[in-house]
Amino acid sequence: MAENVLKLENVTMQFGGVVAVNNLSLEVNKGEIVALIGPNGAGKTTAFNCVTGIYDPSNGKISFNGKTIVENHPRGKMKKLYAGENAKLYVNSRTVDPTPDMVTKLGIARTFQNIRLWKSMTVFDNVLTAKHMRAKQNVLTATLRLAYKEEKRMREETAALLEEQNLLQYANDLAVSLPYGLQRRLEIARALATDPKLLLLDEPAAGMNPQETQELGEFIVQIKNKYDLTVFMIEHHMDLVMQFSDRIYVIDFGRLISNGTPAVVQADPKVINAYLGVAE
Amino acid sequence: MKQKSKAELWIAFAAIALIYVIVTVLEQTMDPNHIIFTVLKKGAIYSLVAVSMNLLNGFTGLFSLGQAGFMLIGAYTYSIFTMPTEVKLTESVYKYYEAAIKFDTGIFVGLICAGLAAALFAALIGLPVLRLKSDYLAIATIGFAEIIRAIFQWDVLGPVTNGANVMRNYLDLTDVKIPFTDIAFPPTLYVFLASGVCIGLIVLLINSSYGRAFKAIRDDEVAAEAMGINLFKHKEMSFIISSFFAGVSGALLAMYQYTVQAAQFKSAMTYEILLIVVIGGIGSVSGSLIASFLYIAASEWWLRGLDMGKFLGIEAPNLFRSGFRRFVFSIIIMMIVLFFSKGLMGDREISFAGLVRRFNKRAKTAKGGGIDG
Repeated sequence: MAENVLKLENVTMQFGGVVAVNNLSLEVNKGEIVALIGPNGAGKTTAFNCVTGIYDPSNGKISFNGKTIVENHPRGKMKKLYAGENAKLYVNSRTVDPTPDMVTKLGIARTFQNIRLWKSMTVFDNVLTAKHMRAKQNVLTATLRLAYKEEKRMREETAALLEEQNLLQYANDLAVSLPYGLQRRLEIARALATDPKLLLLDEPAAGMNPQETQELGEFIVQIKNKYDLTVFMIEHHMDLVMQFSDRIYVIDFGRLISNGTPAVVQADPKVINAYLGVAE
Repeated sequence: MKQKSKAELWIAFAAIALIYVIVTVLEQTMDPNHIIFTVLKKGAIYSLVAVSMNLLNGFTGLFSLGQAGFMLIGAYTYSIFTMPTEVKLTESVYKYYEAAIKFDTGIFVGLICAGLAAALFAALIGLPVLRLKSDYLAIATIGFAEIIRAIFQWDVLGPVTNGANVMRNYLDLTDVKIPFTDIAFPPTLYVFLASGVCIGLIVLLINSSYGRAFKAIRDDEVAAEAMGINLFKHKEMSFIISSFFAGVSGALLAMYQYTVQAAQFKSAMTYEILLIVVIGGIGSVSGSLIASFLYIAASEWWLRGLDMGKFLGIEAPNLFRSGFRRFVFSIIIMMIVLFFSKGLMGDREISFAGLVRRFNKRAKTAKGGGIDG
């Protein structure tokens, strides 16, 4: 069996009475491209937010490279509200609840569904700033320019990364002035600048035409091979998902309804029902 | 890709050097009691505190209004530390209390300690306050600034802070000596040097990796956090550094004023600084510098006549009397906010290349004006 990079066990995210993600368990293996699909409001982005530490799941456990990065059980107000499956499973374990920056430091980088580039910064600075996390300088050496060697190295690495993504010509433009497709690509470049092992892409092809989508798919495979990444993505473009992903998880109303290779998922009547509704 | 061209950097250095030369020459040639020196000294001090506020409000996106409180801590720390022990032991300052701190330090140590004391308070206040966002942060920091003022006026702390009474007879600008000699250091130049060094450090910080992280937090907190920037650590850092320099500027203000009293550091003072930051442009260091000198010049010098009965040669004692200056001042500020909604500089910095570009553009529109106009 392949080594799994990311593993979700019974992850549940509840907002008051709404269970956005319900006992979701899945695995992403090393070197795979795995897609998470589902109709609107199925809880895909919420699941991503649980992994990256933006949300603190109500119940469940998430591990990354065999190390537990999130572990929680219903407590406080949720204790009364959540009485679903596996509610008591993690009660005796230590609560692990990282902030997003800690997760990123471990090697999980992400992009956002609605592009979240730093608006006042240039393309170059957007990528350069993402390298701040791995920098060894402290505030004193940074201010007094004692860390100029590291700064120089960071700048060179940024330039190299932009060059590779064909973004170097835009280096001094404001990030928001780029065309939409390039902004998406810049967001991926920024995520790559944090030296990730696992890349989470939240609808990378949103708003792209078929040709751009195709290019994006090839681009994802290319960076995956080059940086030895594992890719986990949410996507609505079925052609992209079916063509480029190794495995697919389908969720609806927060629950996993199907998983397997693209061919298996495509033929699964439950998936068709979730997307098109059940025939009377 | 490159930060700035080398030539531009040299031009900036030359411009700064020129300013210092002008200040030195002015100070050697003009009557030292001329109002221009008041404007220059106070302007330089306000520049420092405005830039420190800009670091927090403009570059890190934390809307904090505690600047006056940190200046107060700086001013008092400085005055307590540098007041000669003989003065503390006689009754000339501590009339109702027995001074508790029985040592004194030099000016330089006093300035550093002023900054450190403000930074220490900021670190403590920051722990609870920086978890708040936008307006709530502003309200909480105003509250803390007022609490600090009240504590410094509290008579239980009288042996240290002299209660609500005036602090005086500490080392002020006239006590600054050229190192290893007994010759007085030109006071305006000294204020310019001290503020200049501090502002220089802030500018270096803003352009460093940490400065970029601050800007990332300002632009998009969620993205910053997702890219591995620890929000709390960086916010606290920005808050502490900003307060350090506010403390130093408070100490410089104490030096300039010869006396200092806690009652002076009301929230109105913070608003004054906020006004400078907003007029100059939130997120622009050079904007803050220009705005503070303009603000101080207008309020201390150019518009003085409006309170004194004579303005621009017009004598109207009934109209131009005490308080009219503030009225006119408010109108000017409203005009600035209406016509320069992002402040004088927006979030740009002044640069020689920018000026050249602007000049060329103007020349071009002047030449080509006939085509569409």
